[in-house]
Amino acid sequence: MSYHSFLLEPISCHSWNKDRTQIALCPNNHDVHIYKKDGTKWTKIHELKEHNGQVTGIDWAPESNRIVTCGTDRNAYVWSLKGEVWKPTLVILRINRAARCVSWSPKENKFAVGSGSRLISICYFEQENDWWVCKHIKKPIRSTVLSLDWHPNNVLLAAGSCDFKCRVFSAYIKEVEEKPGPTVWGSKMPFGEVLFESGPSGVGNRLAWTSHDSTVAIAEGGKTSTISSLSSETLPLLCVSFITENSLVAAGHDCYPVLFVYDGTKGSVTFGGKLDVPKQTSQRGISARERFQNLDRRATSSETTEQGLESLHKNSISQISVLEGGKSKCSTFCTTGMDGGMVTWDVKSLESALKDLKIV
Amino acid sequence: MAKNTLSSRFRKLDIDEFDENKFVEDHDETVDNQGPDGAEIGNLIRRGDMMTAFHIALRNPPVNTKNPAIKERALAIVLRVLTSFKSSDIEPAVKSLDRSGVDLLMEYIYRGFEKPSDNSSAILLQWHEKAFAVGGLGSIVRVLTARKTV
Repeated sequence: MSYHSFLLEPISCHSWNKDRTQIALCPNNHDVHIYKKDGTKWTKIHELKEHNGQVTGIDWAPESNRIVTCGTDRNAYVWSLKGEVWKPTLVILRINRAARCVSWSPKENKFAVGSGSRLISICYFEQENDWWVCKHIKKPIRSTVLSLDWHPNNVLLAAGSCDFKCRVFSAYIKEVEEKPGPTVWGSKMPFGEVLFESGPSGVGNRLAWTSHDSTVAIAEGGKTSTISSLSSETLPLLCVSFITENSLVAAGHDCYPVLFVYDGTKGSVTFGGKLDVPKQTSQRGISARERFQNLDRRATSSETTEQGLESLHKNSISQISVLEGGKSKCSTFCTTGMDGGMVTWDVKSLESALKDLKIV
Repeated sequence: MAKNTLSSRFRKLDIDEFDENKFVEDHDETVDNQGPDGAEIGNLIRRGDMMTAFHIALRNPPVNTKNPAIKERALAIVLRVLTSFKSSDIEPAVKSLDRSGVDLLMEYIYRGFEKPSDNSSAILLQWHEKAFAVGGLGSIVRVLTARKTV
């Protein structure tokens, strides 16, 4: 588990390149910085300045090595590496509110942008005009689309939005043909509160999301779609990702990642464990004077001095990305947060460090 | 000074009603729970059977109804039960609830905080402490973010 602090500003969003040697991130301003890994150090090699508003989403396509960024200036840019320089291409999204999240499809021939103008833009490259064209999915979305994720079949798209629903759409484009709309997967999955991050599993028949009322839910597709949810005791989680077929890692305002295990046969989600190795504070005896001081300052005479957070991240974690192993057998994942830091977590060493943790 | 002779009727308009993008919640037509039965609870309290009164009070919460009178009645009954509890009995009562029961209890506790009467705050704080120990921060977040509350 290595913690690297990039800057003091929160990291709005990040994305890794294919071999995980470079990371593109937005330090809460209008630019995208690309850092390259040199052993254990990170050096900034590029600055992509084109957006006029905060960059809210970055996705790096592993195969075609293109980066798509979207921002609050209602634009999206597709960046291609020409020699040593990243060149942007503007994509007209035809939205009148900020773009919130962006994601390349698995085949990288199109990408989806969720925005505050209550629609999803699916953009694809039209060869004869040499231009990115976009199509909108409007109905039945009633509020900002906060998170998007593609199904491995390149057609289905899961979207979570502020109207308390998580939906699955078909983003089928046969050059000009598009059929937006709910599929046999299950049209609406209504639930408690505003949605945050959704992520389908490796094979694509399970969808997980976290929401603002501190719950985690997993829906299984098929003829009879079932939803199982767990109300957690922690602060709301902001992002979630599958790491194996049955386990998912989520993180949020509590500043440490958490493991959840889904049992398909019973249809239940259970809390697997806290994935953080806290610093071992030395347990020394507390003197009588300190006891009275604690009573005076903090109204308790407890022994543990909880001066700061014991977790690696010092502020909310806003994004999780899988580094190695894919979503079905992840071996490393990375989290970035509002403290401007990035932590890479190794699943094997977590399993050995936390004894009763089991990743099925 | 000159009196304002122009019409000020526009000040009484609710501009949000005319917003075409206004979010209208889907109204789920579920059965309206009427809330607990006051007479039955009264009997149980007089007999001293607090646990049963507690469980009955938390059944049928009027979550889906839009009628504030029903909600007020249910709240009054639940608060009566909560304030009649002895401090030592609070913890086992909370332990006997399941996850959604703890969330519901937390909602009633916060509603009780809104209108404090003579001694209610002290006992409600004790209830809050015990419910928090079981439900954690998540249960409080759910009270704050719930769309349909008691």
